[in-house]
Amino acid sequence: MKRSWFAMPYIAWMAMFTIAPLLLVVFFAFTNADGQFTLINLRNFFDPTYLSILWRSLYLAFFCTIICLLIGYPAAFFLASKDFAKNQALFVLILLPMWMNFLLRTYAMMSLLEDRGIINNMLVSLGFERLELIGNEGAVLLGMVYNFVPFMILPIYTALKKMDTRVIEAAEDLGANPFNVFRRVVFPLSIPGIVSGITMVFMPAVTTFAISRLLGSGNFWLFGDIIERKFLESNDWNFGSALSLIMMLLIIASIGLLNKADAKQEGGGAW
Amino acid sequence: MRKFLRGGYLGLLLTFLYAPIVVMIVLSFNASKSRAKWGGFSLQWYQKLFTDTAILDALWLTLRVALIATVVATILGTLAAIGIHAMKKKRANVLMSVSYLPMTTPDIVTGVSLMLMFVFVFGLVYRVSVAIGHPVQLSLGFGTMLMAHIAFDTPYVLFSVMPKLKQMNVNLYEAALDLGCPPLKAVRKVILPEIMPGVVTGALLSFTMSLDDFVISYFTSTTDNNLSMIIYSAARRGIDPSIYALSTLMFLAVLVLLIIINKRSALENVS
Repeated sequence: MKRSWFAMPYIAWMAMFTIAPLLLVVFFAFTNADGQFTLINLRNFFDPTYLSILWRSLYLAFFCTIICLLIGYPAAFFLASKDFAKNQALFVLILLPMWMNFLLRTYAMMSLLEDRGIINNMLVSLGFERLELIGNEGAVLLGMVYNFVPFMILPIYTALKKMDTRVIEAAEDLGANPFNVFRRVVFPLSIPGIVSGITMVFMPAVTTFAISRLLGSGNFWLFGDIIERKFLESNDWNFGSALSLIMMLLIIASIGLLNKADAKQEGGGAW
Repeated sequence: MRKFLRGGYLGLLLTFLYAPIVVMIVLSFNASKSRAKWGGFSLQWYQKLFTDTAILDALWLTLRVALIATVVATILGTLAAIGIHAMKKKRANVLMSVSYLPMTTPDIVTGVSLMLMFVFVFGLVYRVSVAIGHPVQLSLGFGTMLMAHIAFDTPYVLFSVMPKLKQMNVNLYEAALDLGCPPLKAVRKVILPEIMPGVVTGALLSFTMSLDDFVISYFTSTTDNNLSMIIYSAARRGIDPSIYALSTLMFLAVLVLLIIINKRSALENVS
């Protein structure tokens, strides 16, 4: 028996449970309910309603990614710096929420923000008015940042830790001030970490439906929500498949774009 | 001073990450159902949790799916890695890139694509069974959820085992064959011990991914709920303090697990 045959069960499994389902999505996207070829599903997407939902998903995910980067980069940098390098407990503590189910974290956020939640109760007991903290885009954005910021910290931290400290010393010896050391040496070398952090935050943020449903209280929809509804509520599988296909192409395109930017940066960063 | 400022920043971040979790833990011991006031210490929500059959069933289902999926995925993935490693470079590269596909596909698309496939196949089964005269109506539940979990777990095992195979000295296996060892025995006695760390990592990854999964389970099972699905539907109904109790227990479980893993890797570093 040849050793390469060992992969056979896996290949069969992948064909059945990864390739065939994705091909079915493509098939459904290009057919109507009777199974005839049509482009109507794709055309229906270019309707102001759906385009505005796509736009909302994109900008929420974009802001979520930017905020995670702004919060996460300094955190990763400080954690990796000499000041806290020996503090393993701190590192574990910051990454611990990552291992907690995201629905539980969202649930925790809900109980803070709700109309009768902790924050509003505190405001009332201090004599202020109740605020509408839940059911809007801000709440969804906050929930996303809360859920995903550890996924930005970890890869940047890893990239900074892997860095050869002698490069930094060399830059210092050659007379670079701390700011220039950071700008010219540390930051460019941490870009691979930033790129994987961005992927790890942007992708779940742009595809989420649970966070928006729970913290947006169903007041507005994101791209993930309409896919979920098309499949589970209105049973419009053809249009749902077209939406899934568009989402997948969007993700592939953004990952490709990011990797391209990364490759360019790395080539230029060396000099 | 610098360390103080940096510590302050990390402290703020920790507050942001833990405030909702701490609030949840505190409220899980609150005797009053209202979040507005503290009604005294009580374990009633924990009691309610352990008598709630829906939650206990979901816990049992989650564990069963995670265990079976991990065992199957580990075997499939390890065999696949050994097989692909023995293939010609071109074919191996194609298979590895295809294996990467489920990892870049958004969860929601994986979920709906698997759901489409299961429903499609079940429709065929129904039609054939009616034609034979023994109608069989299959539904999305434990079985389909399990198959979906195996499908998304297996690539993680493959990608954890592959590097170990690449590090291995190729001559060892050949030497065993030359000395008259049958191929299967050589795989078991020579290759397997060398790649064991990768296999264990892959199995652990699979197990945590399975335990934590919401989106794919949500689309591939309608009759059976796992814990994440229970939490999601509870959250949509509004706040229920027994979910706080569940969160507290799950948080503690993750904490203990991480401490054990940390201890284990610390021991490995020493020895």
